[in-house]
Order: sequence, then structure tokens, then C-alpha cells
Amino acid sequence: MNIITRKFDTLVIGAGGAGLRAALQLSHADAKVAVVSKVFPTRSHTVAAQGGMNAALGNVTPDNWHWHMYDTVKGSDYLGDQDAIEYMCRAAPDTIIELEHFGVPFSRLENGRIYQRPFGGQSQNFGGDQAARTCAAADRTGHAMLHTLYQQNIRAKTHFFDEFFAVDLLKNKAGDVLGAIAYDIETSEKIIIEAKTTLIATGGAGQLFRTNTNASINTGDGMAMALRAGIPLQDMEFFQFHPTGVAGKGMLITEGVRGEGGYLINCDGERFMERYAPHAKDLASRDVVSRAIAIEIREGRGCGSNKDHVLLKLDHLGSDVIKKRLPGIRDTSLTFLGIDPIEEPIPVFPTAHYTMGGIPTNRNGEVVVPMGIGGEEVIPGLYAAGECACASVHGANRLGGNSLLDIVVFGRAAGNHIIDFLKSHHYHQILADDCIDEALARLERWENPLHKQDEESNNSSESYSVPQLKEELQQVMEEKCGVFRTEKVLAEGVEKVKQIKDKFEHAYITDHSVIFNTARVEALELENLIEIGLATVISALARKESRGAHSRVDYEIRDDESWMKHSLYYMNDHRLNYKPVHTKALSVDTFPPKERVY
Amino acid sequence: MLFTIYRFNPETDETPYMQEYDLSEIKPGTMLRDALLRIKNEQDESLSFRHSCGEGVCGSDGMNINGTNGLACVTSVDGLKQPIIIRPLPGMPVIRDLVIDMTQFYTQYRAVKPWLIVKDPIPEVEFKQTPEQRDKLDGLYECILCGCCSTACPSFWWNPVKFRGPAALLQSWRFLADSRDQATAERLEELEGPYKLYRCHSIMNCVDVCPKNLNPTKAIGHIKKLMLKNML
Ligand SMILES: Cc1cc2nc3c(=O)[nH]c(=O)nc-3n(C[C@H](O)[C@H](O)[C@H](O)COP(=O)(O)OP(=O)(O)OC[C@H]3O[C@@H](n4cnc5c(N)ncnc54)[C@H](O)[C@@H]3O)c2cc1C
Ligand code: SF4
Ligand code: SF4
Ligand code: FES
Repeated sequence: MNIITRKFDTLVIGAGGAGLRAALQLSHADAKVAVVSKVFPTRSHTVAAQGGMNAALGNVTPDNWHWHMYDTVKGSDYLGDQDAIEYMCRAAPDTIIELEHFGVPFSRLENGRIYQRPFGGQSQNFGGDQAARTCAAADRTGHAMLHTLYQQNIRAKTHFFDEFFAVDLLKNKAGDVLGAIAYDIETSEKIIIEAKTTLIATGGAGQLFRTNTNASINTGDGMAMALRAGIPLQDMEFFQFHPTGVAGKGMLITEGVRGEGGYLINCDGERFMERYAPHAKDLASRDVVSRAIAIEIREGRGCGSNKDHVLLKLDHLGSDVIKKRLPGIRDTSLTFLGIDPIEEPIPVFPTAHYTMGGIPTNRNGEVVVPMGIGGEEVIPGLYAAGECACASVHGANRLGGNSLLDIVVFGRAAGNHIIDFLKSHHYHQILADDCIDEALARLERWENPLHKQDEESNNSSESYSVPQLKEELQQVMEEKCGVFRTEKVLAEGVEKVKQIKDKFEHAYITDHSVIFNTARVEALELENLIEIGLATVISALARKESRGAHSRVDYEIRDDESWMKHSLYYMNDHRLNYKPVHTKALSVDTFPPKERVY
Repeated sequence: MLFTIYRFNPETDETPYMQEYDLSEIKPGTMLRDALLRIKNEQDESLSFRHSCGEGVCGSDGMNINGTNGLACVTSVDGLKQPIIIRPLPGMPVIRDLVIDMTQFYTQYRAVKPWLIVKDPIPEVEFKQTPEQRDKLDGLYECILCGCCSTACPSFWWNPVKFRGPAALLQSWRFLADSRDQATAERLEELEGPYKLYRCHSIMNCVDVCPKNLNPTKAIGHIKKLMLKNML
């Protein structure tokens, strides 16, 4: 075997907020840590997060972590694990303060403390008045946070492999993960990174849908790597549609706009959320607002000549507030729509945004798989954190501002747990050659014109280009697995995605060069995305109830008796399995399921 | 719509060349990144460029567009003179096509120690900062490290090793201007000498091209002023 091998204590795959927070914890503890990212770290998609992150600091309204916990459990439509949620909400204030100490330029209140704005689904006192819990750096919070975490990592001398594409995990016969195989995008040189512990922090898979708020790199690579390593994905049917993506284009307009006092109107100029959520109105949970918009449009009250969107009105906030608190979305609106929100409302539509499901973990970030009846077992040395993971703190619907929190809380927790793990695991295990063969084969498929026959039969129906198949997948997912779902449509979706997977066997690329070959990167990404698509539609077809973001027109109500459980999807045979929700919190009483009204 | 694009693949090309592409049915308001993606997907898969967020926040797709540096994803093709001539950001080694080697740019960034340095004991609550103190960071912290400015700066072209360049100096000022930072003396000392800071001759190219409307020249001016003040 002629591949460069490097050895580290820990391999972190992904340099978004989750990966960088974990890496920082490890570097501070003098662990040897390698961070692999397919883009330069500050280009990771955490940079795009706008509105902010939640922590019960109580700087603006009275607040405490227990109320935050209640809101999160309710927001999750009772599918979130209450032990993990308690852990996250308790850890939130300290984690935010720590970020501030690292240098995050949070916006400030007159008294010098961190500025907090109201976001959807936040309440005081277990469902009472609106809370203001979202800590913000204007509407560029993700940017502020990601750059700060990167800066602290270079200070701590974390070792970065920038623009390296991770292909697969390396697993021995006993099932232990011993690192990963990656390659340098610039040179195509392969590299094996051996590690005593591996953390997957590769972010979400928003590219599954045609119109989405995600970057082109959000292709669920880490989740697909886990699937190929025999690990199931949890709760993949729950995909969040953000109520306010720019209509037809997808760029996000933060919930912070509604937090600052903006609201939605239909073609009659009616503030329609008052009908759907009399109490929280425009700041109801995202699933609720997205469905409301979809219904308004379906019933003919959409705006514009095609009646295909609604309007987000914020001109009444005044130019000072908009320029100070929402400068980024004003830029976006001006650039992509030529609309200045100081004067005119922004056309919006529910847009694919966030992957609630992912690699199952416990609250230490350890990857867990089912064992025996109802039990769980950790995969020693393998961790996951961030949007690719499912802890599960978001359950069936994530609250705005809880993901930036999730990534830093669990990135940090995973870092700490790894530090402990390393204390009792001093040596690397032996890596046998055969465990890298499969990954190499996947890679080599695109390296030389092996698929010559496909290329030559370029025009026959038997071969497909990568962009063509990606477009097809995104189209199918949007049509068959959108805001509202039915048995029939989902079943069609499953068939279609399976066909796309078959077609992918005959996919080709024409560029086989070695230097910075982006066509090959996209082929590998699409292969991953297809697996995530399958996981999503198959899990959605199976769940015969409506919960959070998963709305079944044919099963309109939530069915706690049969379905208050997590789905687990396995790549082999497309098998599904289920495991119970952790309803027991760490120290406080369980929040039992109730009807969700906002 | 006509495009003339810089091509170079070191594996096969002795020298760079310009290649023409013709794209039809372009909708008004199409951004250059989308046009390039269409060229790549429909005509020539081998065309290479970096891109990711599509909304001007990740800083991946800086390139030279009709002679001016900018981000493809926030540049509408509508107003551009045809053929639209696209080259990599100037003055840096080209890896392939529009992909440049940004190592030197990042090295300069790291050299200004772009992180908060606090020497006092850390409190258990946040460091206090008034809105006015925080306002000083606006126009500084938003930098996306796209490199448009430094690669438009003649001083950086001639002295990429010795001159920090506008992007790094903007970051230096971002920390000098932060009321929480306590390393002013070291930061200034590190910038002394004829090159690191003083190679800037206020030509303002950097300001003209910054896609986030930031003003490195002004930041550099502030640093020079502070240096002078500290010397007296
Ligand atoms: C537009 C937008 C706005 C948002 N606003 C908010 C908000 O205001 N508040 C909030 O709480 N949440 C928000 N979210 C959600 C939140 O930003 C994300 O969920 C979170 O940032 C994800 O962080 P991460 O670290 O898990 O992944 P990412 O930041 O996506 O990072 C993934 C990393 O993995 C790397 N990677 C992936 N695949 C590979 C591979 N094969 N090889 C090597 N490296 C790889 C990437 O290079 C990258 O470094 C927003 C999301 C979007 C899209
Ligand atoms: S003002 Fe200074 S930094 Fe900016 S382009 Fe001119 S010389 Fe370069
Ligand atoms: S200052 Fe502007 S042009 Fe320069 S790197 Fe930052 S964002 Fe880009
Ligand atoms: S693609 Fe991110 S800045 Fe253009």
C-alpha cells in the first residue's frame, strides 16, 4: 500500500462550528488533533447563520434554562431526548460566555451585556410571554462565531488539512473506527489519517432539495460515511423547511426579522399568523409557520402574479433598526431581489433548511447503535456532533437559534469526552490493508476513464452526467418529500430515488484530471446525497403520523402511542428500526407530551 | 451571452489561455456564479472554480471580472460588458483555471495574530462592552477573507511576503479597535518597520473592490495614527 499515513490522537472531519469547537477543546488539552475540511475552514456553512444562538442569559427578559428546556421539548414535538435537551440548555449560558471570551463580537445592550432578540417558539415561564433568548451579532452570528473559533484554533496550533475531501471511515473487523481516508483536492494525493478517536462534524444535507438555504457543500458526506460503515441514521424524515427563504431563490431571511417585529402578510394584506397561532403569531415554531404559509398559498391567498409566495413586512421597523440589527438580510434582499426592505416587503416561501436527523449520539457525542432489546451501545472512539449528528435535541422540529447552540455545546462535550477516552487509550490499533480497499475503489472509479464505455455511450439512455442526476434528485425530493406528505407521493418518491441510485451506477464524468478536479468532488458528493435522500424518503414513508416537520395529510394527528419513537435507517436492505425517546431528563421532571399550541 | 475565461491546467497546458463560451437563455438577474455553473454543467465540466454559499458570505468565489475583483455569486451578469472576461484573482499563483493558491494571503492573516488577547483574569460573565465600543467593530469583523482586496493591491503584488496586505491589516485593526483586547503594544510593535504596514500608499484599490463594502485603507490609517500617537 503506497499511501501516505499520518497519525493523530483525534481526527475531526469538518471545520464548521461543531468541528472547530471540539478541536479547540482538544488542542487546549494538548491532544494531537487533525481537522480535515473540504473547504477552507471559514468557508464552512456555519458562516451563513444569521439570527443567533439561544441561551437563557436573561439579559433582556427574565429567563432560565428550565424554560428553555420546556420550549425545546415542545418545539421538538416531544421527539427530542429530554436528557440531552436538559444538558444543552443548562450548558448554554456558560458556552455562550466562553465564546464571548474567545472574542465573538456580539451586539450589545446599553448596560454592556450581550444583546438578545426574540426568536420563534421562545417563552417565559413554560409557555407564557415571549422570551428574548437569542444572542446575536447583528444578523451575522454564524460568521462571527466561525471566524472566532477558527482564530482561536490557529492560536492553539490545531493541525488543519484544508481542502481535503474525506471519503470513508476506516473500520476494523471488530467494528472500531480507526480514522478515515481522504484526499487532497489540489493534488488528488490520497492520505490515511489514523486516529484513536474520530469525530464526524460534516454538517447537514440541504442540497437534497432544489430550493434550499444551504451552501453547495452541504451534501451530507459524513452521514453517508456513517451509513456505509454500517451505522444507522436517526429520524431522517424530519427535515426543516424554513418559513422565510427568498421566494424561488432560497437565500435565507432570518427568523430574527420576525424577532425584531417583522410579520407575514398574504395577498389581502392580512397578518395571517394571527389565525394559526393566536398567541405567538409570527413567532410560532417553524413547522407551524411553514405549514401556514403553504396553506395560505394553496387556498389562493398567495401574493404576486402567480400567487406563489407571501410577503415578509418589516418596513415599519424603521431604517435604523434594519441597518443596525439586520444589515445582512438587507444586503441579500438588495442584491438578489433589488428590494430594499426599508421600503418594501420581501417575497418569501418555505425553503429546505435543516437536517434534524443524523448520526445517533448520546449527550457526550459518542455514536450509539442499538443493542439487544431497547438497549444502546457506543462505538468506541467514534463521535459525531453538529448538524450531521442527532443527539437528539431537535426531535421533530428544531427551534431557531438552537443549532448554533447545539454545535458548540456538543462539539465541546465531545471534545471533553475524547480527552477522557484518550487517557485510557494510549496506542493506535493496527490498521489492516483490507479495510481501505472499498474506499479506494469508490475513489478510483472517478480517477481514470474506467467508465469509458459509459462515456462513449454518452448519448444512450444508459449513462448520466452528475449534474443531471443531482438536479433530478433535488426535483424528486422537493415534489415527493416536501412540507405536506402522503403515502402515495412518498412511495413514488422512494421508487424514484431508488431509480436515481441505479442510474448513478452509470454516471460518468469527463474530467479525469488530477489537479483541483471539482467534477470528481461533485460526483462523490452526489453519491453521498443519494444515500441521504433514500434514508429521508424511506423513513418518511414509514412514519404514519404527523409530528413536527413531518406532516402527513393522510395521518393528520400525532400518535404518541405508536410513534413516539426514533427511527433508525440502515443502508443495507433499507431496513428501519426504532428506539424509544429518552423521556427522562437528567435532574428535572419529564415534560409529558401535550397538544402543541402556539 | 459571451464569456472569455482564463484556463490553465498545469497537467496538460504549457501556458494559460483564454477560452470562449456562449450561453443562451440567461434570465435577467442571473448571478455570475450561476452562469459559470451552467457553463460547467452544460458545456465544459473541466472548468474549475471555488464556490459554496451562493450569497456572498463564505468568500470562496473571488475572481477578476472584466478587470475588477469581485465575488461571482453576488455579481449580476446584467450590467456586465460582453464578452465577460473572467480571470483568477491577480498576483497569486494559479492552481488551475480560476482557483488560486491563497497560502500567502492566509500566512499574512495569521501573522497579525487575529484573535482576542486578554491579560486580566477572565470573569465568569461576559466582558462588558458598550454599544458604542461595539460599534467600532462594525465594518471590520465582517471580512470574509475572500482576498479581493489584497490581490488588487499593487503593494501586495510587489511585496507579498513583507507587506501584510489590506485584508490582514483590516483584521489587525479589528483587534486593536476591540475594547476587550489588551495587546495593543505588541500588535503595534509587530507592525513596525518599512514594510509590514508602511508599504500601503493609500491607493484605495482595496476599498473599491471589497464586496462587503469594508474599508481597509481607513483601518490602515487608524493603525498608523495610533502608532504615531504611541510614539509620542
Ligand atoms: C442560511 C442559514 C442560516 C442559519 N441561521 C442559524 C441561526 O441563526 N441560528 C442557529 O442556531 N442555526 C442557524 N442555522 C443552522 C446552523 O447554522 C447549522 O446547522 C450549523 O452551522 C451547522 O454547523 P456544523 O458545524 O454542524 O456544520 P457546517 O458548518 O456545515 O460544517 C461542515 C464542515 O464539514 C466539512 N465537510 C463536509 N463534508 C466533508 C468531507 N467529505 N470531507 C471533508 N470535510 C467535509 C465542511 O468542509 C465543513 O467544514 C442556519 C443555517 C443556514 C443554512
Ligand atoms: S490603500 Fe494600501 S492596502 Fe489598499 S490597495 Fe492601496 S496600497 Fe494596498
Ligand atoms: S476586506 Fe473585503 S475584500 Fe478584503 S478579504 Fe475582507 S471581505 Fe474580502
Ligand atoms: S459562493 Fe460564498 S461568497 Fe460567493
